[in-house]
Amino acid sequence: MAETLLGIDGLHVQFKVYEGRLRVLNGVRMTVQGGQRVGLVGEAGCGKTTTMRCVLRILPIPPGKITKGRILFQGRDVLKLGGQAMQRVRGHGISMIFQDPTAALNPVFTVGDQLMSVIRYGSRQDLSRKEIRERALGVLREVKLPDAERIFTNYPVQLSGGMRQRVCIAMALSTEPELLIADEPTTSLDVTIQDQVLRLLNELVDRHGTAVIFITHSLGVVRELADWVYVMYAGGIVEDARKQDLFDRPLHPYTLGLMDALPKLTGGGIPEGISGRIPDYLDPPTGCRFHPRCPQAMAVCSASRPARMGQGDNHGVACFLFGGETDD
Amino acid sequence: MTEPILRLEELRKFFVTSRGTVRAVDEVSFAVGEGETLGLVGESGSGKSTVAYTVVGLQAPTSGAIRFRGQDISRPVSKRPKRLKRSIQIVFQDPGTSLNSRRTIQQILELPLRVHHLGSRRERKTQVADLLARVELPTDYMYKSPHMLGGGERQMVAIARAVATNPDLVILDEPTSALDVSIQAKIINMLIAFQKEMNLSYLFITHDLSLMRNVASRVAIMYLGKLCEVAPTEEFFLRPLHPYTKMLLSSIPVVLPEEEALKPKKITSEGEIPSPVNVPPGCGFHTRCLEAKGGCSQAIPGMVEVGPNHLVRCHQFRSEPQTVQGGISA
Amino acid sequence: MRMASVASPVLARRWEGFKKAWYKFSRNPVSVVGLVFVLGVSFLAVFAPQVSPYPSSAGKYVNFSEASQPPSLKHLFGTDVFGRDVLSRIFFGFRYSLMMGVVVLSLVVVPGVVLGLVAGYYRGTWIDTVIMRVTDIFLAVPPLILALAICAVLTPSVFNAMMAVSLMWWPWYTRLVYGLASSLRNEYFVQAAEVTGASRGHILFREILPNCVSSIFTKMSLDMGWVILIGSALSFVGLGAQPPIPDLGTMVADGAKYLPDQWWIAIFPALAIMVTVLGFNLIGDGFRDLFALEEV
Repeated sequence: MAETLLGIDGLHVQFKVYEGRLRVLNGVRMTVQGGQRVGLVGEAGCGKTTTMRCVLRILPIPPGKITKGRILFQGRDVLKLGGQAMQRVRGHGISMIFQDPTAALNPVFTVGDQLMSVIRYGSRQDLSRKEIRERALGVLREVKLPDAERIFTNYPVQLSGGMRQRVCIAMALSTEPELLIADEPTTSLDVTIQDQVLRLLNELVDRHGTAVIFITHSLGVVRELADWVYVMYAGGIVEDARKQDLFDRPLHPYTLGLMDALPKLTGGGIPEGISGRIPDYLDPPTGCRFHPRCPQAMAVCSASRPARMGQGDNHGVACFLFGGETDD
Repeated sequence: MTEPILRLEELRKFFVTSRGTVRAVDEVSFAVGEGETLGLVGESGSGKSTVAYTVVGLQAPTSGAIRFRGQDISRPVSKRPKRLKRSIQIVFQDPGTSLNSRRTIQQILELPLRVHHLGSRRERKTQVADLLARVELPTDYMYKSPHMLGGGERQMVAIARAVATNPDLVILDEPTSALDVSIQAKIINMLIAFQKEMNLSYLFITHDLSLMRNVASRVAIMYLGKLCEVAPTEEFFLRPLHPYTKMLLSSIPVVLPEEEALKPKKITSEGEIPSPVNVPPGCGFHTRCLEAKGGCSQAIPGMVEVGPNHLVRCHQFRSEPQTVQGGISA
Repeated sequence: MRMASVASPVLARRWEGFKKAWYKFSRNPVSVVGLVFVLGVSFLAVFAPQVSPYPSSAGKYVNFSEASQPPSLKHLFGTDVFGRDVLSRIFFGFRYSLMMGVVVLSLVVVPGVVLGLVAGYYRGTWIDTVIMRVTDIFLAVPPLILALAICAVLTPSVFNAMMAVSLMWWPWYTRLVYGLASSLRNEYFVQAAEVTGASRGHILFREILPNCVSSIFTKMSLDMGWVILIGSALSFVGLGAQPPIPDLGTMVADGAKYLPDQWWIAIFPALAIMVTVLGFNLIGDGFRDLFALEEV
């Protein structure tokens, strides 16, 4: 349970556009242990989806470009794998579910057909057609879809949003991956359905011992689901901690800003929000990318990038307020 | 009591489809006072967006009345007088598609000014610059196209467009749902400032109850086309009565322990939200209601006033002998 | 560039827009090749009298002493049976081909698009039904047969060929724009314009049409190729340009009799048609990239 399943180390990614180069990822560092539930929180444009695309090597390579870094999955650098080897990682090793289940499912094939082809191509053994069908029905039942046989013959358009997302979860888990990446899987769902789907994910992940990286922009969702939380800003991880430690004692000014900016159920009016805007990746701020918006910025913050400083075993923060080391 | 700026009277909107009749909006009545923000909450199939679209004229009601300043305006946009379109505006949910990417911001903001003849050609450019300044966007954004802007900035342009004609009523259909928290704060603060400045009335639709708590003066919740509960904000959150309200409140993910303590006890719902084509008989919520009893599937409950301005539609509440129409006591 | 920005910010923006457009278009080198072909053919067509080595070959001209010469330094593409220089005739032939394409599309695009916009916006109403059923009737007739029939009934000429092709070409644009307009009319930005009180004209031409432009231009460039081919086909069977007009299709028809010995009389005009059509097809792809919105 304690071996490192995934290690992202110093990942730098650029995109080439008309105006120049977007320096999107600026040294991302992340680890996921086997069976661990990791939440990756960040706002739109911070690079969380780009990071995950690199893990699965589905980043469009021109215009994208991985300029530095390693991604170790079960000890092997995924960035250096050949086509076939990477194909085996996708599905068996790592599976992904996306934000929009409608877009993720092919509208002209039945749920059953799509599920079966995933199982057929993703399976480690050679299965007969009957075995594939059985497994497909089984996994549909596992995601608590009522009347699995009927859903099997349905087309995605005949299902509701929540049901489609369950089908996507079923597809992702049918190949028995070690790691599941869930990219904002409940953002497009209704609140009560979101609640159900999150509980389902929790249950399944427990039962199968799968590790999960749960990407979201909602701190509230992360609090329900994660064991460990990474907070990302403008292409870098600014803080990471065991969930309770993060919520009890948020350290990084950005994390504090995020928590403050949330309207509270208990009232209190609309907070101010974080001043400023997300940086222009064409010409990002020097040093710590958050410094232009940081209420506690110091001189050193614009000069160099802070490295992650551990604050005990369960908390790490990349901020000069908590230590003096710089990063490359 | 001053006439409410907007009053819905037994509004109904049904769609006839091959699969049956969709009862999108079913006997909805409420009122919005001048300068007030009425929050409208609901999940998929609740009909909240359809209510918004009928008020603004993108849909024609099947029956019932929509009164703007007392006048019946229950007609689609094409049949409404032009000056009405100055007074009622809408901000849509998706900033990506609510602005035409093939036009410049200047053209987009000039349109309402041009249509309602607010200023000469030369003046309009200055007016556009003013609008941009009011939403805290740089003047040279005029020459950009929406796809060059971030989601939050696009939404600010959409808001600028909505207030360009100095309207009286603005429908906000999930204005910040697609946006990040830090931008949301900025936009909501801006909306509140505009409301004070221009004495705007808002019909604020969102599923984000934490946001609703801090924005609305009254909240109405809908389920499968019917209003379930209407109450002043604090009352709604501290003393929710309808089982659906309680279920919704208990499902929201929150961050602080105080918020968690405020939520009603966890009501886990199983099962999908029924489609509005197949509204369950009797009280539409009874299939998922943990407090349902035998009579709930037999008869539709009436709307009952259980406290000052607090109305509930649930068989558990029949304390008042007569039913009252929702909203400010007429 | 700096002068432009000082002189007028409007000019500076236009120039910037042009540069960006070129950047997008030239992403695909194949589109640039197409552009080169098209520009080349257009240049030759426009300046045919100045550029061709033997301009008189384009008209009534006979010189039997030079007849049926194979390609040589004197006549790069050889001469035909009347002694006319094939290369020069090809340059003039480009005029007729391009003219065919330009005239037909000019006649066809505007009405076709407008009908499609109106039908799409009023989808579900009688306006839609009337327009689209008429369109369907025209689409049901096989295009070449219709063109042949019309030309056979009327006197064969370049003009009649163009009219014939125009008559069966417009429905394609209506169909294309109908599909686009009927889905676009439900977009939020169209509804926002309606709520604001914009006129129908504004909505059709300033909100919906700009979003159709990419597909329309791509289709137009591919259509240039098709119209030229159909025009050439009509000439090939004698229903288009009449001799001695140096139409490329006619040249191929006339030269076909002399294959394979005097191959140059037919082959070079055929290659000329190919280069022209290919050029327009390749540009079509470039247009699609050109009008694509950059994702930020």
